[in-house]
Amino acid sequence: MPAAGVKRFAARATGALTLPPVLAGCDAPLSTLAPAGPVAREIAWLWWAMLGGAAVLTLLVLVLLAMAFGPPRKVAARRWTHGLGLGLSLPVLAVTLAAGLWVGERILPRDDGALEIEVHAVQWSWAFTAPGPDGPVTTRDRLILPAGAPVDLIITSGDVIHSFWVPKLGGKMDAIPGRANRLRLQADAPGTLAGQCAEFCGLGHAVMRFEVEVVDPADWENALRAAADDGDAADD
Amino acid sequence: MTDSTAPDPADTRAAAQDTALAIAANPPRRALGLHRELTKVWANDRGWWGQVTAVNHTTLGLRFMGTALVFFLIGGVLSMLIRAQLATHDGAFLDTELYNQIFTMHGSIMMFLFAIPMLEGLAIYLLPKLLGTRDMAFPRLTALGYWCYLFGGLIMLTALLFGVAPRDGWFMYTPLSSAAHSPGINADVWLLGVTFVEISALAAATEITVTILRQRAPGMKLTEMPLFAWYILGTSVMMLVGFPPLILASVLLEVERAFDWPFFDVARGGDPLLWQHLFWLFGHPEVYIIFLPAAGVLSTLIPVLCRTQILGYGAIVASILALVFLSFGLWVHHMFTVGIPHMALAFFSAASLAVAVPTVVQVFAWIGTMWQGRPELKLPMYYILGFFLTFVMGGLTGVMLAVVPFNWQAHDTAFVTAHLHYVLIGGFVFPMLAAAAWWMPQITGRERVRGLGEAAFWVILIGFHGTFFIMHLTGLLGMPRRIDVYTENPEWVWLNLTSSIFGFVMTIGFGLFVLDMALQAFLGQRVRRDPWRAPTLDWAMPLPAPAYTFASIPAPRHLGLDARAALLPLARGEGLLPGAPRGRREFLVTSLAGARPDHVAILPGNTALPLALSATIGGFVLLMLAGLYPLTLLPLLGVAVLVWVWGRGMVRPVADAPIAVAPGWDLPEQGLRRRTLGWSGSVCLLVANGTLFASLVFGVGFLAVVAPGWPGPEAQAGRAALPGVLLAALMPALGALAVRRAEAAQRQGRDGWRATRLATGLGVLVNALALGALAWLAAGHMDDPTGHARDALRGVLAGYVALHVVIAAGLAGFALDQFRRGEITPRHAGVLPTWRLWQDYAAVTAPIAAVLAAGMGMGG
Repeated sequence: MPAAGVKRFAARATGALTLPPVLAGCDAPLSTLAPAGPVAREIAWLWWAMLGGAAVLTLLVLVLLAMAFGPPRKVAARRWTHGLGLGLSLPVLAVTLAAGLWVGERILPRDDGALEIEVHAVQWSWAFTAPGPDGPVTTRDRLILPAGAPVDLIITSGDVIHSFWVPKLGGKMDAIPGRANRLRLQADAPGTLAGQCAEFCGLGHAVMRFEVEVVDPADWENALRAAADDGDAADD
Repeated sequence: MTDSTAPDPADTRAAAQDTALAIAANPPRRALGLHRELTKVWANDRGWWGQVTAVNHTTLGLRFMGTALVFFLIGGVLSMLIRAQLATHDGAFLDTELYNQIFTMHGSIMMFLFAIPMLEGLAIYLLPKLLGTRDMAFPRLTALGYWCYLFGGLIMLTALLFGVAPRDGWFMYTPLSSAAHSPGINADVWLLGVTFVEISALAAATEITVTILRQRAPGMKLTEMPLFAWYILGTSVMMLVGFPPLILASVLLEVERAFDWPFFDVARGGDPLLWQHLFWLFGHPEVYIIFLPAAGVLSTLIPVLCRTQILGYGAIVASILALVFLSFGLWVHHMFTVGIPHMALAFFSAASLAVAVPTVVQVFAWIGTMWQGRPELKLPMYYILGFFLTFVMGGLTGVMLAVVPFNWQAHDTAFVTAHLHYVLIGGFVFPMLAAAAWWMPQITGRERVRGLGEAAFWVILIGFHGTFFIMHLTGLLGMPRRIDVYTENPEWVWLNLTSSIFGFVMTIGFGLFVLDMALQAFLGQRVRRDPWRAPTLDWAMPLPAPAYTFASIPAPRHLGLDARAALLPLARGEGLLPGAPRGRREFLVTSLAGARPDHVAILPGNTALPLALSATIGGFVLLMLAGLYPLTLLPLLGVAVLVWVWGRGMVRPVADAPIAVAPGWDLPEQGLRRRTLGWSGSVCLLVANGTLFASLVFGVGFLAVVAPGWPGPEAQAGRAALPGVLLAALMPALGALAVRRAEAAQRQGRDGWRATRLATGLGVLVNALALGALAWLAAGHMDDPTGHARDALRGVLAGYVALHVVIAAGLAGFALDQFRRGEITPRHAGVLPTWRLWQDYAAVTAPIAAVLAAGMGMGG
């Protein structure tokens, strides 16, 4: 329908005019820069900090380069190789490493009896098994999470290597045959998020996606039960 | 001057003595006469057959680079197909199967058929000229490497034309690439094709290492050689150590696919993570293998373009060594999301950040050099500035990716694609474009046509950053690598469309660059000698470079001058070893650290043997691809025969007379030395071989300790196999005793003659016995290798030992043949020192293999 097409184009064009496209994109469903949970938030913070540092350092190098285009100068070799080479890089890298480790430790799974949901990946779909009130409930391509509580995902694979990733909640974790990997995530508030396979896994890789439904903790068991009744549940 | 029977001078002692290496000049002769005399000996044969038999480094270096350029253009076309597919969200351009083949081939071509061969070609072309020698240490090996590269590349390209190209991504993760999930020959094309090509990497690494260490012009000390040689030495050592894990992994996966031996299959004691460890154990050093030569180009060009000296030579050499060392300790940063404990990741994160330090030191050494001098904005300098802008940004995103939590988000997204293109195009392609602008006058003997080069630079630079800068954002907005459609994500459309448009701009830029090179080659004006006023020896010769490079080998007084000042004296034969009076290809071999003249090496001439050998290996590869496994024995036999013929080609007639290379300097021929270049080459190959064996030991340990599914089922073969294992494990040690006895008797001369032959015969016998024991084991005293990884690994260990006793037996047999022909005398050791190296290697590895094979059974 051309009319609808024009309308859509107009809407997009005005959106592009009013909002820089960069910022508009940040809030996209798979954006790591629009965190919907503490883990993703910590990492996003890390990113913005590193981006700022990287911009400053790039600028520094470019200014030094520009200044080189002039008459020859007497320079002390050690000031460049040791002073700048080591003196600048070592502290910057040490701070970066410390920040990374600090964030990394904070977002690790802990042994605190958090809810565990099994994630089983096969070419090219996801099965999520949660401990429901009436026994385990399995949903396909749809993960139901309680808001505000840490959840540990136990990630396995039935064939090749896949990778579980909900960008708005946090980092990815591979699903590897013969292994069970643990990933902790937490969602802030009820809503719908998107997830996808991040490790190339063959023909269906691009469409190996899933939905994350975050519900109020009080509604979680009902939501699971409903999902089971829905026929959304897997046959197995 | 040197007593030819004395043992080789200890290098350290020589280095201490030769602070004043005084070598008088030879009397000057007519340059044209020398040129004719040398050209007759060194030139390729005439016509197309001359191209087949060529072994000359200039010819082959250019051919490597030219072929790599063609593959670069093909890889570039593939990337344009990828960008066309991704320009819209429903990508109705390629189907998924073809798209997967195309991105896999784009990565594989750029890594294995462009970057590595390009740097090999540059090193092969340049090193002899830079070091003041006449060719690489093993010219036939150069040619063998080239043909293996060409045939392997053609096999992969042909597969793409027929739609059966690899499609599992250029790092070929198992189990996606194993037989169950990748039926067909696609994965085999990658495993066999890339391994075939890697023969050229090992060949190049071996001869580069030997050439740099033993062929520098007299007086060019290791600690004073041009920085480019240091960079290439670091590269070649990394190649010797970095490629074997990949070769082992490829062999294991191919054996799993072809014969169902489980190394990566979890159900039978394998582990897909073993592939990842082995692959990245190669794959990360690979990045520095690619970067170091490019950095070598920068360290060579920047000081000359700024009319000054490089700043911090020592700091740069230290940085190179640090990079070589550190780059082997951070492969796990490609595996941050596989579920390794956080504290272990912290170690690799720290190592990944630490590797930035030597790079930063170099960057500031280069900028400091520019401050010290007066930078001239000539075309190579444009690309150097493009390098700085691009590589610094790529390095910084690399630092970000080394931070574990951020990596968990960015891993396997377009952010990583952007990062690796910033590093590889910034850190390799831009410096190579600078190098092309720099050395084209030498290659073509012509000047460039003004204007077009600068235009190409701007189009490439703008196209590149337009393509890849926003791709960081695309990744952070959640776009994974290697997807062909993104119907549900309209927010990625404008990002991808922008990348695609600028991608085509970049392609136009490369087109302009190629056009510029063609114009220079065909229309440029003749260039005057040494157009850059460079201090290095590569410009101390007529342009284009003659086949023999130097009419006489540079003496200490020719080093460190302007190339211009050394040019004429060298062309007149005032250096060492002028001309080719004996009608053979000769150059000097010098000592390791101090570059003191040691002996004269004689090279084989033009031959089609490298082509025949690589074609035979190619036959093996094709039969493997066709699944005709029993028939592969035929080409393997052919390889053995041709290797023997190859070895015979290294043997020179016995000659005792010394050669006068300069007034007062009489040097022996290579036959009177035990440590010939060939011996050094064997040492390099054994370093690579030892790394392969260490990787295998790692694999055994990794599977036995980490893989699920261990211990395996009860082993059937028990103590009954013990005699065979013991025999195979200990016989090579007996061979090591035999070779020592043979050498001692050879030195004693006539009295010990019978003992020498007897010991050599014994050497053949014990190795044959070991082989027999292994055959006996294989014929019923080992468990079925398809049952469990343990039994498959035992099979591999047995095969490894078998290969080495065959080699040792072959070398002992070669020695017997040399006795028969009278080529081994009290003064000529012939093949004995080389046999000893390989025999000792077999004697050490065989018992280790036996202990490992037995130890794996302990749990079960």
